[in-house]
Amino acid sequence: MIDPIPVYMMVILLALMWGSYRLIFGRADRLLATDETTFGWPAAQPRHHARLGAVVCGFVGIAIFLLGWQIRPPEAGQLWDAVWILALLSGGMGVTAVSLFNVRPFFAARARVEQLAETGLMLLSLVALLTTVGIIGSLVFEASLFFRDVSIFEFLFGTQWSPQTAIRAGGAGQSGAFGSVAVFFGTFMIALIAMCVAAPVGLMVAIYLSEYASRRTRAFAKPAIEILAGIPTVVYGFFALITVGPVIRDAAAWIGLGASSQSALAAGLVMGVMIIPLVSSLSDDVIRAVPLSLRHASTSLGATPSETLRGVVLRSAMPGIVGAMLLAVSRAIGETMIVVMAAGQAANLTANPLEAVTTVTVQIVALLTGDQVFDSPRTLAAFALGLVLFVITLLLNIGALAVVHRYRTSNE
Amino acid sequence: MSVGRDMTLSLFSEEAMGRMKQRRASERRFRLYGRACILFSILALGWLLFSVFSTGLSAFSKHWVALELSAPTAESTGQSDRQRLIIALAERFELGEDSDERRDLLSLFSATVATEQFRAQAELDETIQLSVPVSSDADRFFKGRIDLSSPEAQRALTDQQIGWLNEMKEEGVISRRFNAGLFTNADSRSPEHAGLATAIFGSVMIVLISGIIAIPVGIGAAIYLDSFAPRTGWAGHLTRTLEVNINNLAAVPAIVFGLLGLAIFINLFGLARSIPLVGGLVMALRMFPTIVIASRSALQAVPESLTDSALSLGASRIQAVFNHKVPMATPSMLTGAIIGMAQALGETAPLLIIGMVAFVTTVPETPLDPATALPVQIFLWSGSAEAAWAEVSSAAIIVLLMVLIMINGLAVIIRERLQRQRKI
Repeated sequence: MIDPIPVYMMVILLALMWGSYRLIFGRADRLLATDETTFGWPAAQPRHHARLGAVVCGFVGIAIFLLGWQIRPPEAGQLWDAVWILALLSGGMGVTAVSLFNVRPFFAARARVEQLAETGLMLLSLVALLTTVGIIGSLVFEASLFFRDVSIFEFLFGTQWSPQTAIRAGGAGQSGAFGSVAVFFGTFMIALIAMCVAAPVGLMVAIYLSEYASRRTRAFAKPAIEILAGIPTVVYGFFALITVGPVIRDAAAWIGLGASSQSALAAGLVMGVMIIPLVSSLSDDVIRAVPLSLRHASTSLGATPSETLRGVVLRSAMPGIVGAMLLAVSRAIGETMIVVMAAGQAANLTANPLEAVTTVTVQIVALLTGDQVFDSPRTLAAFALGLVLFVITLLLNIGALAVVHRYRTSNE
Repeated sequence: MSVGRDMTLSLFSEEAMGRMKQRRASERRFRLYGRACILFSILALGWLLFSVFSTGLSAFSKHWVALELSAPTAESTGQSDRQRLIIALAERFELGEDSDERRDLLSLFSATVATEQFRAQAELDETIQLSVPVSSDADRFFKGRIDLSSPEAQRALTDQQIGWLNEMKEEGVISRRFNAGLFTNADSRSPEHAGLATAIFGSVMIVLISGIIAIPVGIGAAIYLDSFAPRTGWAGHLTRTLEVNINNLAAVPAIVFGLLGLAIFINLFGLARSIPLVGGLVMALRMFPTIVIASRSALQAVPESLTDSALSLGASRIQAVFNHKVPMATPSMLTGAIIGMAQALGETAPLLIIGMVAFVTTVPETPLDPATALPVQIFLWSGSAEAAWAEVSSAAIIVLLMVLIMINGLAVIIRERLQRQRKI
């Protein structure tokens, strides 16, 4: 059952803030509207005084509430709670009394309210920094626990990945159980297949839609591409698992090759389709940013539209397009659902795209689903993989964003 | 001079015409590649939607059978309700004593529902009216999804069972109804009883919690970065770092946010696994950079002259921003927020990491009860081998896509309406 006291406290706090606002507004309205000042204007309107009072009252109330919440013993009696509520009441009323006393013509209530608001907004924007610190901190901390058991060298360069059977008792078979080479190989292979689809198709879609397409084609094709971007990844995973995988398996059997229905090819192809809209929208931005004068110069020398595009526009947009591709690669490496559903779990070190391979994200999911003890090397290995994944995608993103940024500023 | 004459000549020479022909052909080829790429994307989308809808639509309806059974005879009173039901059914279909046959017959119906209805009416000395859903295999038979040409051993239904089903169909006791259980039931081990209630509850909670947290915080951060953050000196460097940081955060893989949630909310703060509260918190962090980026571009699109004129009339910076800039940017900011919520609805990977993959058979009541979410439910169902699960998960995908379409439509409507109001 939910503890009722915090709910009461919140209601009381809201009532206090409302009462404080009304009281201070009334007094300020009376004092300031009659214009007791002998010269000039009052430094703030009544509502500024009232807002300041209510906000400070709220802060003090929340502070008392949180303090009580922290030091409240688990078996607190009614007396304890009564004192707590009384403290809240007296705190709020005290603030209101001080604020009432502060209502003077030259008390700059507005400046203080705005100072508070600005500080509050600044704290909100620091949430981004906190998230990053939280990600890096938790990944590094848990991964360092893992690397106490398994050496970094073994993790990065070992070729055998079998975390399920890893026994940390010093047996002979334990070395190399956390070697992640095969896992990363699978990740890059699937990303490569995806980029083989997404890079040419996405780029050509962007070029065709912005340069060649008639208005009717564009009105039809652009929303379709955007729908492709809005479909949840789990739906792509389902599509790869139920439809594309079996089709590829049957096709491979027809030309005489053996393929499992979970294959790198199925996952890679579907992931490529998923990334097409990302590539096309990013390259569209980049192509649009190429100065018109360059195109005009090329056209006036007699180049055909495709010659202008290939020889001038794409060449001058190349840095931006490389940046877009890097972002797409980072997306492909970090994509989870498609590979979890369609790529398989076994860590095969194979270059055959018709076989099942595994990826970093698949292994993270496999290691962390199901019941487990939190500090076993098996669970911690997921954080080590997560750390490597984070570092790789971060480097790709920083590189890509820097390239795109430099490209944009150099063209403006 | 001779050069010029040569050029004029060469423009119309056979050789030059040939080159021109080649260039035009390559132009046509280039155009064709473009068209092929567009066609490829649209065909891929069409194939995806077709495969989902063709398997999933049939799961929205279900076949029911209405049976009249004679009242149980006196000698069967000592036995369990289930056995008495079997006896009554055997009488209805004129079966012998063969227990395999009787089991095959019972497996055509949803046995639990039938037994419950039988128990409720068994004490009355009248004929018993049963109205029960047929089993998932029988349902697939009526929908024409069972290949009758394959040998009997490889089929889900035996020839005898198919005979019974055809018999009932000819008698007209089979009816097709809307499958309401898909929305009202919790998860189940059998596909004909599995429903989305738990998943819908979990998804609604996750989207609500993450929206309530991430939208105000994200919009506030965007307002600060756009209008108040220092641009010069060491504080300016800090601001630029923060902006780069937010852009990078938006491109961090979703699964990393799941690891963050596992380490911070579950491991450090001690919240339970698989509850929507943790899912909402993780999704809030995931949505935050998206909302900040969308809101910032909305704020940047507002003309600077607007705030300038407010400032020149004596408004403070806060007043200029909140009374003039923010209202102008509200439609686009809301659109960004709604798109962020759609993203949170479709995201799966972080939820897998924080353990929202539990098998939950009760509909949760608070955000602190274990639940799943729509995309996670799709993932769980599609992993099962039985063909009926593929249909149910396709139906869940259709529900998810419909909700996403509605959310995006809502975003468009809100933007249009607010923009019209602004113009007046």
